[in-house]
Amino acid sequence: MKIHYGTALAAVALVAVHILMRLTQGFAESLEYENVLANYKFIPYAAMLELILILLSVHGFNGLRVILLELKQGRIYEKAVSYGCLAAMIGLIAYGSRTIIMTNMGMV
Amino acid sequence: MAQVSSISNEQTSPTSKLITLRISRFNPEHDESSGFMEFSVSYEKWTTVLEAILDVKKHHDHSVGVRYSCRQATCGSCGMIINGKPRLACFTKISELNSDVVTVEPMNNFPIIRDLAVKFEKLFDTHQKIKPYLIRDDTEIESNEKEFLQSPEEVEQYIQFANCIKCGLCNSACPTMATDSSFVGPQALAQAYRYVADSRDKGKDSRLKIIDDSHGIWRCHFAGSCSQVCPKGVDPAMGIQLLRGYMLGFRS
Repeated sequence: MKIHYGTALAAVALVAVHILMRLTQGFAESLEYENVLANYKFIPYAAMLELILILLSVHGFNGLRVILLELKQGRIYEKAVSYGCLAAMIGLIAYGSRTIIMTNMGMV
Repeated sequence: MAQVSSISNEQTSPTSKLITLRISRFNPEHDESSGFMEFSVSYEKWTTVLEAILDVKKHHDHSVGVRYSCRQATCGSCGMIINGKPRLACFTKISELNSDVVTVEPMNNFPIIRDLAVKFEKLFDTHQKIKPYLIRDDTEIESNEKEFLQSPEEVEQYIQFANCIKCGLCNSACPTMATDSSFVGPQALAQAYRYVADSRDKGKDSRLKIIDDSHGIWRCHFAGSCSQVCPKGVDPAMGIQLLRGYMLGFRS
């Protein structure tokens, strides 16, 4: 559960930085195709986005796991929920990372 | 199952009043669902709910199932839901309820034995699980001082939590207990804090390990219902929060 608290606090701090950086330009402008690509190609910022993705995925899926564990109990059910959430978390991180990697490799 | 019966008022004083006592009846061996039986009972200013139930047993229906012992809020046997709130029947005066109808039901989150009596096995199991005793390598007999001295400040750290009478009202009021049957519960967690905070105890690490479980201390959502219903002022919710301080390293 310490992971849950730690990821929450770290995510709040990093998302605040992310929002502040977005505020440096207009909302519509920040969503333009070239600007989004530029953000992903700027390695420090891309690393921070990757970190936010990991923190929120760990926090979110761990939270979902806890909610599901409270709904029903049982050894098989609990194992299924834990491994299912872990698999979903890894899947989401992999899918999110793919976007950043593809952009940096010039595939987009 | 509803039934209205009037108790004989031959021995009642002119100051006595009448209430309707609704008692939940359920025998898991015979009944598919619970129902209520109603009795008209006279009471005085000082009459407790337990005395009213015992009046019903004595004068009308001796088959009403209820557990009780000390009648002075010490043994923790007569916990039940009285007008929707978990309370000790011997510690609740009818006159305090300000209602002409008093409904008594068995405690929530406990399996029913019969009527108002519930099984306490799980509560005692979880209580035992957190090692509710002082853990240390030496003993008082071997110590040169013959006793482990504590300052008043050290006693203050845990004495409130030592008042627990294992009545189960906190577990009955807990919303997490209602959904998570494996949750260790506020009673056991408060007792874990009672021993962790005791300066004579050396078993903090082993106890913290026990409660740092997927159905342990982190499942508490801090609704605070346990502390609201505790008849001894133990405040399990505060104990759980203080225990979390130990878990997170804010306390040592």
